[in-house]
Amino acid sequence: MIGNESTAMSIADLQSLLRRREVSPREVIDALRERIEAVDGDIGAYLSLGIEAAMKEAEHANVDLPLGGVPIAIKDIINVLDQPCTCASKILNGYRAPYDATVVQKLRAAGAIPFGKTNLDEFAMGSSTENSALKSTRNPWDLSRVPGGSSGGSAAAVAADEAFGALGSDTGGSIRQPAALCGVVGLKPTYGRVSRFGLVAFASSLDQIGPVTKTVGDAALIMNAIAGHDPQDSTSLNELVPDYVASLGNDLRGVRLGVPKEYMIEGIDPQVRAAIDAAVKQLNSLGAEIIEVSLPNTQYAVAVYYIIATAEASANLARFDGVRYGYRAENPKDVLDLYGRTREEGFGREVKRRIILGTYVLSSGYYDAYYLRAQKVRELIRRDFASAFEKVDALISPTSPVAAFKLGERVADPLQMYLADIFTIAANLAGICGISIPCGFAELNGHRLPIGLQLLGKPLDEARILQIAHAYEQSTDWHKARPPIASNQALL
Amino acid sequence: MAGNSDLDVAYVARLARINLTEDEAKIFQKQLDDVLKYVEKLRQLDVTGIDAATHGLPVFNVFREDATRDWFTSDQALSNAPRQANGLFVVPKVVE
Repeated sequence: MIGNESTAMSIADLQSLLRRREVSPREVIDALRERIEAVDGDIGAYLSLGIEAAMKEAEHANVDLPLGGVPIAIKDIINVLDQPCTCASKILNGYRAPYDATVVQKLRAAGAIPFGKTNLDEFAMGSSTENSALKSTRNPWDLSRVPGGSSGGSAAAVAADEAFGALGSDTGGSIRQPAALCGVVGLKPTYGRVSRFGLVAFASSLDQIGPVTKTVGDAALIMNAIAGHDPQDSTSLNELVPDYVASLGNDLRGVRLGVPKEYMIEGIDPQVRAAIDAAVKQLNSLGAEIIEVSLPNTQYAVAVYYIIATAEASANLARFDGVRYGYRAENPKDVLDLYGRTREEGFGREVKRRIILGTYVLSSGYYDAYYLRAQKVRELIRRDFASAFEKVDALISPTSPVAAFKLGERVADPLQMYLADIFTIAANLAGICGISIPCGFAELNGHRLPIGLQLLGKPLDEARILQIAHAYEQSTDWHKARPPIASNQALL
Repeated sequence: MAGNSDLDVAYVARLARINLTEDEAKIFQKQLDDVLKYVEKLRQLDVTGIDAATHGLPVFNVFREDATRDWFTSDQALSNAPRQANGLFVVPKVVE
């Protein structure tokens, strides 16, 4: 039998228990369900669970497969057959997925059990999960603070031991930033490394699915299952997938790490800066060579992002019109009234703002000044990274300039919210991979708030950033810390 | 009713088929004017001769075999429709 507390273990540890037949996949789902019942009233990580389906799969789980019998939570913007996929929007009210996303098929093929759909900012648009139209998610380290976003439900579920691991999606930092704010590991793979088929599209040239886990090793395990070419996604890369788990465990001698001088900017919280400085020293002591590099055009990344991402969103979200699925306004007098009111009533404010901005920057007369110029600056940002990676193997920065902020603190000012992603956005524009791992805590009003270290790697070089992240993680105890909600929780 | 930028929120919202209340249009106008002011910084850069990047890692000419395969039945495709009949999506009359 597995007690509540055991839901705190890593996927790797859970697998050993499962393979030794000390616990059954059904008992694991049961333990998670109990944990969710105990804490999710406070945390609010899940939008739906699908216990019956998970239990049925658990009965037939083959625990000897790579992820055999391991439940994985899925951000509710990824289609899981016969389950809701709300995108945390009213406009998908009542929708049930008629198919599995490729990542879900791949997880199942590796023996994993998709269990639970996690909360997010509506259509993944946001950095705090406060834009969810359905539920409020709280940071397990301080319930008055945000979990980050948009994959805030996935990060909070993993941090609060309501999930062993989860999938998120990252368009401008939506895996890495909530992972940082909740004190867990989050990996955004190279654009094209993981299939987007079945991920509801927000910004198609930027979106990428990736793992949220308790350890770097677990992120490697999930990557082994989900990475690879998919004929259903024409942007997925037809490149060999290495064994990410096998690449862990090396020392860092000979590894060159770049610290971008532009990233140690004003506005970084002093406690975040101190934690990053200490992490750089630690990596240096493990054998890595630290080199200062320059990414002069990354200061334009947020501006470029909010043109390109909104432009793509305005096109992608045109499909939500009340005709084929989801919500439809009542008694439309004609088809324009049907569209206009369905979208008025079905979309939340941030989604409307972004569709309007995206429509504007693509409109005749403004296209060159905004969209075309943004694409050219995107190319300059891509070149910045290419030239930095001629000198170094990976780049280091904070994941977020601040630790978790208060619920409500930034909702009234979208621009302030956008600037929360200042360190993560450039990686999506350049298509490179990045990971956030815990590297310390900020002390704020008696609460310990996690700080995330971001490592950015070359295209398709996930193995390298996982290796560096793993070496750092194994030399520190940050990943072992549990939020106060976990230790306060009474056992069976 | 435009603000400090060329953006007229009420007009663009109509293009995007989103009805807005007057209050909402007013709030969005101010917020999006701020965002557009922020993205003005892109004008500082000289982008002469720079190619426009469409993807971080572009992939070209992806083809698949032109062959039939199993996919949704029409019942499955219609299963999420707010209104449907006779194997069709039902919408208000479009053509008089």
